[in-house]
Amino acid sequence: MNERFHEIALEVNGEKVSERVDARTTLVDFLRERLALTGSHVGCEHGVCGACSVRVNGAVVRGCLMLAVQCDGMQVATIEGVARTDEIADLQQAFIERNALQCGYCTPGMLLTAQELLSSGGVPSREAIRAYLSGNYCRCTGYQAIIDAVEAVAHARAGAQR
Amino acid sequence: MKISEDSAPILSALDRPNSYIGRSVPRPNLGRLTQGRAQYVSDLSLPRMAHVAFVRSPHAHARITRIERDAARRSPGVIAIVTGAELANVITPWVGVLTHLKGIKSAPQHAIAVERACWQGEAVCAVVARTRAEAEDACELVEVEYQELPAVTDPETALDAGTPIIHAELGDNLTFERVHVAGKPDEGFAEADAIVETTFVFGRHTGVTNEPRAIVADWNPGDARLTVYHGTQAPHMMQNLFAKHLGLEEHQVRVITKDVGGSFGIKVHAYADEMGIVALSKLLERPIKFVADRIESFVTDIHARDHRITARIGVKNDGTITAWEIDDLTGIGPYSVYPRTSGIEANQIVNLTGGPYSCANYRARARVVFQNKNVMCQYRAVGHPIATAVTEGLVELAAAKIDMDPLEIRRRNLIPDDAHPSSGPSGIKFEALSHHACLAHIDAMMDYAGLRAQQRHLRAQGVYRGIGLAAFVEVTNPSAAFYGIGGAKISAQDGVTVRLDAQGAIICHTGVTEQGQGAEAVIAQVAASSFGVPIERVRVITGDTDNTPYGGGTWASRAAGIGGEAAWQAGKALRANVLACAASILQAKPEHLDIRGGAIVDADSGTERLPLHELARIAYFRPDTLPPGFQAELVATRHYVPRQWPFAFTNGIQASHLEVDVDSGFVTLLKHWCVEDCGTVINPQLVDEQIRGGVVQGIGGALFEHCLYDERGQLLNGNMADYLVPMAAEMPDIEVGHVVTPTADSELGAKGAGEAGTAGAPAAVMNAINDALRPLGAKPLTEMPFTPGRILEALGKV
Repeated sequence: MNERFHEIALEVNGEKVSERVDARTTLVDFLRERLALTGSHVGCEHGVCGACSVRVNGAVVRGCLMLAVQCDGMQVATIEGVARTDEIADLQQAFIERNALQCGYCTPGMLLTAQELLSSGGVPSREAIRAYLSGNYCRCTGYQAIIDAVEAVAHARAGAQR
Repeated sequence: MKISEDSAPILSALDRPNSYIGRSVPRPNLGRLTQGRAQYVSDLSLPRMAHVAFVRSPHAHARITRIERDAARRSPGVIAIVTGAELANVITPWVGVLTHLKGIKSAPQHAIAVERACWQGEAVCAVVARTRAEAEDACELVEVEYQELPAVTDPETALDAGTPIIHAELGDNLTFERVHVAGKPDEGFAEADAIVETTFVFGRHTGVTNEPRAIVADWNPGDARLTVYHGTQAPHMMQNLFAKHLGLEEHQVRVITKDVGGSFGIKVHAYADEMGIVALSKLLERPIKFVADRIESFVTDIHARDHRITARIGVKNDGTITAWEIDDLTGIGPYSVYPRTSGIEANQIVNLTGGPYSCANYRARARVVFQNKNVMCQYRAVGHPIATAVTEGLVELAAAKIDMDPLEIRRRNLIPDDAHPSSGPSGIKFEALSHHACLAHIDAMMDYAGLRAQQRHLRAQGVYRGIGLAAFVEVTNPSAAFYGIGGAKISAQDGVTVRLDAQGAIICHTGVTEQGQGAEAVIAQVAASSFGVPIERVRVITGDTDNTPYGGGTWASRAAGIGGEAAWQAGKALRANVLACAASILQAKPEHLDIRGGAIVDADSGTERLPLHELARIAYFRPDTLPPGFQAELVATRHYVPRQWPFAFTNGIQASHLEVDVDSGFVTLLKHWCVEDCGTVINPQLVDEQIRGGVVQGIGGALFEHCLYDERGQLLNGNMADYLVPMAAEMPDIEVGHVVTPTADSELGAKGAGEAGTAGAPAAVMNAINDALRPLGAKPLTEMPFTPGRILEALGKV
C-alpha cells in the first residue's frame, strides 16, 4: 500500500472537491497550487505570521501547519469564499476606508482572524483586538489602522444590534 | 508655512475646483486586496513553467571542490541541474561600485557561486523541477564537496594584517572609506564645557517582507524576448540589468510588476539568485519560477544597519553644541550589492549626522569592510536611523551632562526656521526646513510638560517611564545626484502619460510603482485634479516596462514627489490639448474654458458647455466635423526630475513614551508621536500611514530585530519564531502631525514621506529608555536592539 498519496474529499468554499494528495502537502499549498485559490498566502511557513490563515470547520487555522490529508471530510473556507458572501463586507469596507492595509499580503488572514474575534460578540477593547491579532504579522501599517478598522466595525455591529 | 491639524486637508495654490490634493481619497486597488484577488508574483503560474530550488552553501566561506549531480538527476520531476560555472556562460557577472563613491571596490559576483561560496546561503547550484517540492527533494541529493576556508566575520578585525583577505585581488578587506572634516572640530571640542563620548552599536537586521522575493522569468525564443514578472520596486532598473547581463537589448526585456507583498527597500536590488532565474529561463527556454522560502529570505534578502559608531559631542553649559565627531565601521558581507552599492548607508551616515543642528564643526570617518556574512545594502531610510540615533543620542546625553531639559537643548541648537536655505554639518543643502515649528507642535501635541510632571510623580512610586525625542532630516525626491552621477542606470526622472479614452475617462501610465504605499492613489488624485475629472474616472497603470514611461520606480521617498509632479504636469498638458479641441468644437477661446468635474465648462461662470464623453466621441469618431487643419491630441506625457536641489530634505521630530519594568527589563511602549514636514500633503491618510508603518519598522530595529551570527558566520535565528518583528499587541498608538513647507522645486511642492517614521523612531525609543533609567544610575543603553537582557545589564542586575 502506498501511504504517501491519499484520496481526500472535502468542501472548499461550498464546492465539493476530490483530489489525490501527497501526504506532505500542507493545506495552504493544496489550496494555492492545486485549487488555484491564491488569496491565502505563504509567509513564514511555520505557523508564526498568520498570512495563510483559513477556516477549517469554522475555526481559523494556519494553513501551513495543517496537512491537506487532515482535511478529508472537512469544510474549508478561504478569503475568496468568505468575500463572496456579505459576512465580512463591513470589515472589508472599514479596512478600505481606514487604509488598514498597504501591500495587502497579510490582509486575508487579518480579515478572517478579526472576523473570528468579532463574531464572538461584544465590543472588544483596543488591547483585546491587538492581542487577538498578534498572531497575524503586518509589516506595512504598524497595526494602528487595522485596530481602528476592527474597532469601528465592532462598534457599528453592536450599534446595529441594539 | 502653516501648521495643519492631524489629517486635515491643506490649502495651497494648487487648489483647483474639485481638487483632490490634500484629501484622504481611498486607494483604488484595495478592493482586490481585501477579496483575495490580488496578483502577487508568488501567485503566478504559466504554461510549461518550472520551479527552482537552490542548493546553498552551509559554510560562510568555502571552496567548492566537486558537485555530484547523478543521483539528483534521477529524482522525480527534475528538469535540469545547473552549476554556477554553467550559468556563467549565459549571464555575465557584475561589480557593485559607483564612481562617485571614491575608491569603492568590490569583486565580480556571479548569479550562482563559481568555485567559491562567500557567505552561508549563497547559491551554489540550481535545481529546476516540475514543482518546488520536487526541486527541493532533488537538492538534497546534490552532493557538494566543500573545502572550508577561514571566515571573516568581525568588522573590527577585518582590516588587521593577520586577517585573511576575502577577495585576494582587491588587496584588502576595505570596500570603501570616507573621511569628512567640516568647520573646526578641534576648536569646537576645545571650547566645550562638557564632552560626551560613547559607542553606538546597531544590530544587523532585515526587512522581512511578508511576501518573500518572487520572480517568474519567461524567455520566449520565438519572440527573442524575455518577460519577467518580478516583485520589484524598480522595473526599469531591472530591465536594464537583465538585458545587460544576458547580452540583450533593453527592448527585448519586459518587466511586469503587479502586486508586491512588501518591499521596504528589500526589493530594489539585483539579487544573484534572481539574476540566475532569468538566465535559467534563457537557458531552458521556458518560464522559470522562484519564490524564496523564509529561511532563504533570512540568508539572502539584504541585511542592513550593522554599524559600530564611536561618537563625541561637545557642548557648552548654555547648551550650545560646539562639535561632533563620528567614527563608523560597518561590515557589508562579501560583495558590494549591485547596482546601488553597499557604500551608501555609511555615506549617508556621514552626510546626515548632526543634520538638524546649526553646529558645523564636524569630523567623520566611515569604513566599510567585507565579511563572510550575507550582503548588506539599502533598507528603508538608509542610514537615517543610525545617523539620527547617534545625533539624538549624543544630544540627550549632553543635555543630561549639563542638566538641561532635552527639549530645551534642541530649541537652542536646531537650525532656525528662518535661516534657510542652509546646510547641515556635512554640507548637505537644505532648501527650507521647519524644525522649530515641528518642535513647538510636538511639545503641545504630547503635552510635554504634563508628561514630565507625571513622570516625576510615578518615579516616586517606583514606576519608571521615559520620554525620548528625536529630531531628524530625511532625504527625499533624489535627483541624479544619488545614483545617476555614479554611473548606475537608475532613473532619477520619472514620467507620466495621460490619455483621454473614448468615453472621457483618463488613463495614467506612470514609471513609479505601487508597493502598497498608495502611489496609484496619489497619481490618480493629482491627475484628476490637474486635468479636471472625478477620481472615479481615472485609471492608473504602473509596473510594466512595455506600457509606462521610463522611470525610477519607488525608493528614497520619491514616488509622490517626483511621480506626482509628472502626473500634475501631464494632466495640465492634456487639459490644454483637450481645451484646444473643445474650443474648436465650441467656437470659443481655450482660455475661456476649463475642465471641471469631467465636463468642459465656461471658466468664469462654471457653466457646463460640453461633457468630456461628447468631446471624446467627436474627436475619435467624428473628427471629420472638426475645422480643417485641426488635429486633436488626446495623449500627453510629461517628465519631472528635481533640478534646483539634489534632494528635497524633509524634517520632523518624534517622541516616544514608554515604561521600563526594571525587574524584568521589558519595555512597554505607551505612545509615540511624530510631527513631520513633507511639504504639500497630497493624501493625509496615506502620509500618516506611511509615518506609522515606518515608525513601527524603526521600533522593530530598536527593540526586537537582530540577525544573530556566530563567529563562523552562521546565522542563528533565520526564522520568524526566533527573529522577532513587531506584533500588534506590543505596538503603541502613534499620533501624527504635520507642518507644511512645500518645495519650490515643483509646482506640487510635495516631498517624500515614506521613510521619516523609520528614520527617527529608534532614536526616540533609545532616548526614552535611557530617560526612564537615568534616575537609577543605569549605564546609558546604546546597543540596539534593547533587549530585556541588555536593559537588566545596564541596570547592573545581571
